[in-house]
Amino acid sequence: MDSDHRGTESEQPVKVDLTVNGQQITADVEDRLLLVHFLRDVADLTATNVGCDTTSCGACTVLLDGESVKSCTVLAAQASGHEVTTVEGLASDGIMHPVQRAFHEQHGLQCGFCTPGMVMAIVSLLKENPHPTEEQVRIGLEGNLCRCTGYHNIVRAALAAAEVSS
Amino acid sequence: MIPSSFTYKRAGSAEEACDLAAEYGEDAKYLAGGHSLLPLMKLRLAAPEVIIDLGGLRDLSYVTDQGSHIAIGALTRHHDVEHSDLLAREVPLLAHAAGQVGDPQIRHRGTIGGSVAHSDPASDLPAVLLALDATLVARGTDGAREIPIGDFFQSLFETALEPGELLTEIRVPKPAGAGWSFQKFTQRAIDWAIVGVAVQGGRVTLVNMGGTPLRAAAVEAALAGGASPADAAAHAAEGTSAASDIRATREYREHLSRVLVSRALTEAASRA
Repeated sequence: MDSDHRGTESEQPVKVDLTVNGQQITADVEDRLLLVHFLRDVADLTATNVGCDTTSCGACTVLLDGESVKSCTVLAAQASGHEVTTVEGLASDGIMHPVQRAFHEQHGLQCGFCTPGMVMAIVSLLKENPHPTEEQVRIGLEGNLCRCTGYHNIVRAALAAAEVSS
Repeated sequence: MIPSSFTYKRAGSAEEACDLAAEYGEDAKYLAGGHSLLPLMKLRLAAPEVIIDLGGLRDLSYVTDQGSHIAIGALTRHHDVEHSDLLAREVPLLAHAAGQVGDPQIRHRGTIGGSVAHSDPASDLPAVLLALDATLVARGTDGAREIPIGDFFQSLFETALEPGELLTEIRVPKPAGAGWSFQKFTQRAIDWAIVGVAVQGGRVTLVNMGGTPLRAAAVEAALAGGASPADAAAHAAEGTSAASDIRATREYREHLSRVLVSRALTEAASRA
């Protein structure tokens, strides 16, 4: 992360210019590079996981201009000129985001693979609906799968974070 | 999964998009939100050589009141259709159905125009717009033209759009207070509908009961003749050509269509 200009091998690169977690990153990338691979392989931010790779599981959820998207189904080139936030960008000055803290306190994870995507989906959900009911949280997390089936504590964490933020 | 190689072009205007499409011809595909096309490209079921990204055409994202109809820019995202106060008030069927597409992340990217132009018979909004008797506006290098939605869907993934034509606007007439309903049956929350039904007044349409969204003509005729919802719904599968696939047999889809049309007509009647 010491240079702000990084590249991947490509015969016909496309120039992208993204703000990721507040840092501007300019790179020449292959036209077909997906945002999730840009984040993991170019920006060296590996918290965002590739799960199903078919727009189903939500493990790759990040914020694009503040809204949750599945980064396996967005081209890096489409995100050029926009702001991306990954779970690495949530804490500030070493203090966890209320959603992260709620996951810790409510034990909202088991294996942890879905967690970054769940956290980002909930951050987006609470931004749109700061005081959701339990049902609204469950429907709002339709796009995120937990293969440990640890949904109860994830929902509790979302509700606890809403409580803290209110 | 990674798409096969292509050249990425970003259009700055609808005019530039049409010019790029004319330049690259059948090798090129428009990309709106990308939530239909990119998954197909990752599976290598589609392999366009040139992608024309429409994401920069912010001026094609709008919902406006035009008196007799609501005009919706083709690049308007499902999320924005779902949360439009104007649509909630004037065309609640469309606002509600947009909120049933995929999941929140998909609705943050997918667009109404992309869904219509992609013409997947399992998608929700094509059938909903058919129930609403929408008119589509397309732009080519020779100018713009209007296409009635009844003429738009031609077969699986095939529409009346000419090569290079760009869908720019969807015009939805304001329904005159008639009841509405949208019913969708899925195995899992974010799946495509196994079968779906849209009702607006006397128009009844079906999701995933053939190669295109379909009007349930026999149901509409029965309703016009004064049949009860239950009696009309018995005709739901007439004239359909549902496929059998991993999710459901044709017979099961036909059964579901009757059940869902009955529920939809009952709900619509309660709102009329």
